[in-house]
Amino acid sequence: MILTTPLEFIGRNTLSFLAALGRVTLFALDTLRQMFLPPFYLREFGVSLLQIGWLSLPVVGLTAFFTGGALALQIYSGGARFNAEAVVPSIVAIGMTRELGPVLGGLMVAARVASSIAAEIGTMKVTEQIDALVTLSTNPMRYLTVPRVLAATLAVPVLVAVGDAIGIMGGYFVGINRLDFNSAAYLKNTVDFLQFWDIASGLVKGAVFGFIVALMGCYYGMRSGRGAQGVGRATKSAVVASSVLILAANYVLTEVFFTA
Amino acid sequence: MIRLNDVYKSFGNNAVLKGIDLKVEKGKSMVIIGGSGTGKSVTLKCVLGLISPDKGTILVDGQDAARAERDAFLARFGMLFQGGALFDSLSVWQNVAFRLLNGALKRPPEEARQIAIDKLGRVGLGADVADKFPAELSGGMQKRVGLARAIAAEPEIIFFDEPTTGLDPIMAGVINDLIREIVVEMGATAMTITHDMSSVRAIADEVAMLHEGVIQWSGPIANIDHSGDPYLDQFIHGRAEGPIEAIR
Repeated sequence: MILTTPLEFIGRNTLSFLAALGRVTLFALDTLRQMFLPPFYLREFGVSLLQIGWLSLPVVGLTAFFTGGALALQIYSGGARFNAEAVVPSIVAIGMTRELGPVLGGLMVAARVASSIAAEIGTMKVTEQIDALVTLSTNPMRYLTVPRVLAATLAVPVLVAVGDAIGIMGGYFVGINRLDFNSAAYLKNTVDFLQFWDIASGLVKGAVFGFIVALMGCYYGMRSGRGAQGVGRATKSAVVASSVLILAANYVLTEVFFTA
Repeated sequence: MIRLNDVYKSFGNNAVLKGIDLKVEKGKSMVIIGGSGTGKSVTLKCVLGLISPDKGTILVDGQDAARAERDAFLARFGMLFQGGALFDSLSVWQNVAFRLLNGALKRPPEEARQIAIDKLGRVGLGADVADKFPAELSGGMQKRVGLARAIAAEPEIIFFDEPTTGLDPIMAGVINDLIREIVVEMGATAMTITHDMSSVRAIADEVAMLHEGVIQWSGPIANIDHSGDPYLDQFIHGRAEGPIEAIR
């Protein structure tokens, strides 16, 4: 009996994890399928694009700026140990475009957007607005999930691109004003070392992270329990799940892009 | 005609519907009464296909609700939800004209807006409300907008889920009268669920009482006061003593 209790615990949690994984996979497949079926709700798509993309710019921009600056300081002080201070511009650029831009951008969007989508759809579910959509002959997956997922998948790479530029600018600002780099040399180093795939890989990551964020927001919103507590739990789960999935997907994509 | 044959529905171990048999004639107004948690809303949602029954059949004009093509089937229905269920992100006129702006019944926006304003007028709301958002309206006004949305596409069948819950008695009376007028005017088949006896008397042609997952009593509204059924009697007079257990 003493031995079966932990085994039961592990078994129950494994089954529950696999069931959740199955549900999310089916939800994702259904979302992808619905993307190709009319009607297409352009207004919803436009509103989502504005909310997910445009309105996330300040938070993503600020995060990128400070990260780029901090990265420059760290590389400078670390590089000084083996007389490699000159690599600051290129490492800031590569670090921002390949890794920090997409990951931090994705995480900031997860905090801002996954929570808001889950809370909005969860509240709609609790107040019977999802049922109302169905009675008005409207598929909630097509009306609510598809526009948000599509908008996030397209908007996050753009946010990442803007974040990359701002992050590199943050590094440049610190490099020029705090680390006494020459402005022209800093910019030349940045441009010379940066390759197309450094930028493109970050944008592909951004698209995947955008898909994950909106999908998790919609999934947990649609499964929200009753009342304020149910919506609160859905919101929390959406942020946690999308953040963990972003980090896991980042590792997998990095393996595929840079070690294969 | 709507017909429910031996419909069962459980949620986990909680058996809510235990063999519902009910018939609503075309053009008639059926009101389902019963205490809270007796499965009134579940019954309506089963007919609409929002919930699938575990067993039994639901026929609408002879067509099996479970096998019907969803969009065409649902296009025949209008529904007023208990809390209004208005879409927060859309203005009042866009809520009312939702069906006319999306899907098979799509009309040009100007025409849809005009129809929405006409329907708002029918439920006693002026054109000035059209561009407001649901959050700017009182509870009574939200119910009226919900009613306007339910009738916007002129459905053959209209469902009303607790239409007077949360309203003061005067506003409840206004909504009851509006529902009765509209149902008669449109010649629609109506199904209402409520535990408000003033609604029952204002809206119903036929009444069915749901208790412990089955239809305890059903008959014309005229017979409700001398049904001889102790459950119905206790319910309509709101007595604590009787066969229905009241927890104090």
